[in-house]
Amino acid sequence: MVSGLINENPIVYEIKERRDVRAYSSNTDELSVDAIDQLEVFDILFVRLSNSKALSHHIRDIKDPEHPYSLEQLKVLTEDSVEVDDTKSHVRVTFTPTVEHCSMATIIGLCVRVKLMRSLPSRYKIDIRVAPGTHATEAAVNKQLNDKERVAAALENPNLVEMVDECLSPSFE
Amino acid sequence: MAALNNLTEHLEAFVDVTRSPTHHAESLKAIATSLEKGVLSINQLVVEMDMYLTTTDDVVRARGILLLAEMLDYLKSKPLDNAVVHSLVGFFTAKLAEWRSVRGALSGCLALIKRKGVAGVVTAVDAEAVAKSMAQSIQVQSLALYDRKLCFELLECLLEQYPEAMINLGDLMVYATCEAIDGEKDPPCLMIAFHVVELLARLFPSPSGPVASEASDLFEFISCYFPLHYTHTKGDEASIPREDLSRGLSLAISSTPFFEPYAIPLLLEKLSSSLPVAKVDSLKCLKDCAVNYGVSRMKKHYKYLWPALKDALYASTKTDLSFGLESLTSPGFGMGEIHREAVNLLQRLVKQDISFLGLVVEDIRVNMVFDTISRYSRYEEMLDTSKLEVLVVSQILSVSARSSVESCNIIFETFFSRLMNTLGIVEKTSTGDLVHNEISTVSTRLYHGGLHLCIELLTTSKDLIPSSEECTSTPESAQQSWCSIVSRFSASLIEAFTSAVQSSNDDCSADAYLGVKGLLAMGMFRGGSSPVSRSEFEKILTTLTSIITANSAKTVKWELALKALVCMGSFIDRYSESEKAMSYMAIVVENLVSLVRSSHCSLPHPMILEATSEVCSTRPTYVEKMVEGFEEAFCSSFSDFCVNGNFKSIENCSQLLECVTNKLLPRLTEIDGLEKSLVHFAISMWNQIESSVVFSYDFNGREFVEAAMKTMGEIVGVASVDSQNSIIQKAYNVISSSTLPAMESIPLTVAALEGLQRDLSTRDELILSLFASVIIGASPKASIPDVKSLVHLFLVSFLKGYIRAAQALGSMINKLGTGSGGTNISTDCSLEEACDIIFHESDSSKTICGSETFLGKICLGFCGSLDHQTRAITGLAWIGKGLLMRGDKRVNEIALVLMECLKSTNSSGNALHPSTMKHAADAFLTLMSDSEVCLNRKFHAVIRPLYKQRFFSITVPILESLIVNSQTPLSRTMLHVALAHVVSNVPVTVILDNTKKLLPVILEGLSVLSVDSVHKETLFSLLLVLSGTLTDIKGQQSVSDNAHRIIECLVKLTSYPHLMVVRETAIQCLATLLELPHGRIYPFRREVLQAVTKALDDPKRRVREEAIKCRQAWTSISSRSTPF
Repeated sequence: MVSGLINENPIVYEIKERRDVRAYSSNTDELSVDAIDQLEVFDILFVRLSNSKALSHHIRDIKDPEHPYSLEQLKVLTEDSVEVDDTKSHVRVTFTPTVEHCSMATIIGLCVRVKLMRSLPSRYKIDIRVAPGTHATEAAVNKQLNDKERVAAALENPNLVEMVDECLSPSFE
Repeated sequence: MAALNNLTEHLEAFVDVTRSPTHHAESLKAIATSLEKGVLSINQLVVEMDMYLTTTDDVVRARGILLLAEMLDYLKSKPLDNAVVHSLVGFFTAKLAEWRSVRGALSGCLALIKRKGVAGVVTAVDAEAVAKSMAQSIQVQSLALYDRKLCFELLECLLEQYPEAMINLGDLMVYATCEAIDGEKDPPCLMIAFHVVELLARLFPSPSGPVASEASDLFEFISCYFPLHYTHTKGDEASIPREDLSRGLSLAISSTPFFEPYAIPLLLEKLSSSLPVAKVDSLKCLKDCAVNYGVSRMKKHYKYLWPALKDALYASTKTDLSFGLESLTSPGFGMGEIHREAVNLLQRLVKQDISFLGLVVEDIRVNMVFDTISRYSRYEEMLDTSKLEVLVVSQILSVSARSSVESCNIIFETFFSRLMNTLGIVEKTSTGDLVHNEISTVSTRLYHGGLHLCIELLTTSKDLIPSSEECTSTPESAQQSWCSIVSRFSASLIEAFTSAVQSSNDDCSADAYLGVKGLLAMGMFRGGSSPVSRSEFEKILTTLTSIITANSAKTVKWELALKALVCMGSFIDRYSESEKAMSYMAIVVENLVSLVRSSHCSLPHPMILEATSEVCSTRPTYVEKMVEGFEEAFCSSFSDFCVNGNFKSIENCSQLLECVTNKLLPRLTEIDGLEKSLVHFAISMWNQIESSVVFSYDFNGREFVEAAMKTMGEIVGVASVDSQNSIIQKAYNVISSSTLPAMESIPLTVAALEGLQRDLSTRDELILSLFASVIIGASPKASIPDVKSLVHLFLVSFLKGYIRAAQALGSMINKLGTGSGGTNISTDCSLEEACDIIFHESDSSKTICGSETFLGKICLGFCGSLDHQTRAITGLAWIGKGLLMRGDKRVNEIALVLMECLKSTNSSGNALHPSTMKHAADAFLTLMSDSEVCLNRKFHAVIRPLYKQRFFSITVPILESLIVNSQTPLSRTMLHVALAHVVSNVPVTVILDNTKKLLPVILEGLSVLSVDSVHKETLFSLLLVLSGTLTDIKGQQSVSDNAHRIIECLVKLTSYPHLMVVRETAIQCLATLLELPHGRIYPFRREVLQAVTKALDDPKRRVREEAIKCRQAWTSISSRSTPF
């Protein structure tokens, strides 16, 4: 594992204002169904994912995190990068690593996958991929992230599980 | 001697650095008290301390000196001998040079210098010596934080209290200050340092003085902090907020004109930075500088200042101008902090020096706007850049115009005619007529940008009209030339605005908005010197009123016009303009009120009512007029309905009543005299009902009756006791003239009730309902005539199914005096007597109200039909509520009867009908919940504290035992419903005290109630009770004991299909349970996770969101090997 920070000075983007289209108007109607949509999946990813922990392996050693930014601020994930089809139970997340050779890409992808596996109904098929042309070993990363066996194997590695849990644990900011 | 012994002890304790700080403080305190009491004099102390003050042990000496200093701080207000003070200050001054004891020396000096107004102050010569010694021997920046602060405080104190002595020192003080500040980084120290600079500047105002000669150095030391930026913000709450420090810095920078050559360029440079904080700070600071440096010094910077200021304004303005209702009285676009500060600065500069305005007036960019304005007619069509130009220029001009009358004159002279030309608005000729020539035909050209500019100017200028008092002191002068300019154009301006409004259509709100805003601006000039004449003012009113009356649908235009009228109304009221008020009354109020009166007009009735009530509530006289109009309208519509059967009129009536309830009653406290008019209204309602003897047509709906009941009840509720009495009397007269008294003679037997099959006539029903409302609203002090027969009347009518009568009976029982010792002497009937009538027994004359009574028998189904049974139960609930709230014991018997009804069979073995049981269960909700319609504070109910708790403690044990012994599932369910009502309406603290006992029952209740969707609301409130116990520390033990049952129950509820909130709350509760000891909950993780995983696919988003959180939380307690 790399001990230093991989991208020491990332570009930080302003967070786009959330569109507040759903004012929970359907609450009075008990029978109506809120379909799972893009924004909801996006929100799922952002309740807990925080980059300050995702990028640094030595989390406990760092007193003053160098990157106190969320994945959203770094534009690793945007709302539009999530595609959902509720009727076909399919979701596809495309993320963009901050730098081309980011070795954390697989970790981020794994975190996203675990988060979605835990948060979406089991009927969903989840596809995770790196945005085309943004990573040096794009094909390899994509393959790794969508290989059931390899994901399962990865999650049997206690160190890796611990790290993923660390990423997904609530950040108190 | 003992005191001295003690003293040595205390001295030793303080000097010993190994002891704890509390020890030190204690000994300090002890010495201070003995000094204060006079047991010990300061001389004695010094003599006693001799050894500590002169020893060669540095630590002990420092502590000793510090002790002496602390003592002096304690004795700040105690008179001391001048000689003592002199020698002490000499001592401390000498010690300043010694770095080891510098803290004590500084504190000592400070304590002595601070002495003020008591015997024994430091002389000027001594103060000078202190300052000199400090300047020469202390290196401030090499000291610790606390000592640095002491240094700055000492400097501050010296400068404040010994200005002459400090002036003698001259240069030395300035050097010392410069040296002290250099490199300081701590906010509290800086705060004082900035003040020191300010004081220095005040002390040496002469251009040949030391501040003037050292200005560049001094400025360099303070300017490096600008703009202030805190690098460490966290964990420093006690520190000084940025705003305060920044204000201090700004005051320091602007403190002396000698800083001007350095400060202004720096500030202008910072203003051009891209950092918002820097911009705001420099604008604020520039404003301070403009005030303090004086016009002549600022003048040479104008040519740089103006472009910078202009840029700031351009950069901080957004182009999205809102044409909405809410911006009618505001600028219409958002203002950031930068913008606000820029505007302030501009206003300050123009106010201070009119020649600054020259720059504004001659500015090319400003002038260009007037040439380009006619390029676009609609705002939406404009490019963003030209939108920006218009908005910024209108801001610049209006702000400059607002600064002073003089500047306003210049702006109007330079720009207004030009603007009018562009807009094609023509001048009034000397005869007062409009020039009708070719140009006036073009006057329909409306340019939004131009109109906006024009309105902004008019709106600002209206603030410059002096109020009437000022007007008399300053003679009417040619000073106000802007006024005459406006008045020359006023007629055509009003015409232009009017045509803008009239030409507008629905898809373009901008036209209507600008038109109405313009008219509003024209109508808001105050006082006699207003440029708008009375006839023109009336024209504005007429135009706006006609917009309101002409529109048949609620458009933006309509709402804008209404808001403008309301604004003008309250403006007239605020400045008490009697002439305008008359016009307003004649044109607006009377017009609208007459519309209310006439039943035929194009405008829908609710809209007229809304407009009238809004407009009229601006002034008490209008309100009076309106209520009169309402009265008349009500009477005519009502009789129209009675005679001609016009259903439209009765609909109008109910809308009118709704308007009274919803619009007028809530504003009762704001509007004087409203109560009187409303009481009058209520009485004339009764009059009208009384006079329409025959209803030739039946009502086609309950709407009118509902509205009338509500209005009547609320009016009585807010009226004073005297007015209540008059309404009650009136109502009673109407009742006695109707056929209702016949009912009073009906004996309370089943046979008689069965015989009374025929329903009440429509009129009687209306009278009965209204009368019940009056009784419900009456206060306990009001006198009700003939209570006995009224009780009887209500009793009979609720058995006939009029619930309102039951509520009235409950209210009456609640408020009646308690017999001999009763508060109310005017009623002829006490509570006892009333209860006698209600609970009179079928055979004996004993007054108990258990199941033996007539009502009780009906309830239990011994006699009467099912209808009677349910009605009796509902009625009994309301009566019980009245008794319960006043704390009467008889409610217990009623509760027993109701519980009896919940058993599956009555005492004679007959099965009870399910609907009876349902009503009985609901009766508990009536008893326990707070009602909106009666028996609440608004309607003056007598409420004893803790009545819910009392009822809870009586009923719950009985209900619990009944549940245990219940024979049929239905009865069990109903008992649970009743229990849920009681439990969920009692304050949560009561539940928490009884968690152990209640939890099993609540859990059982939850599972029983979840079977049928009918009980979903009850289930939810019971679930909320459960969730309340989970989070509280008091309930934790029993929750932990029952964990398995709670989890089992909650898991079931996560899939409750009938109510989303139930599922959501159940999942939240599951998440809360994680606070329990790990060992208690760990065994259930599989079960919970399974349930929550299922909830991830819930049809409702909120449930899913909760499920995600809950699942995450529960996963984290399970082992690592199950990542999903």
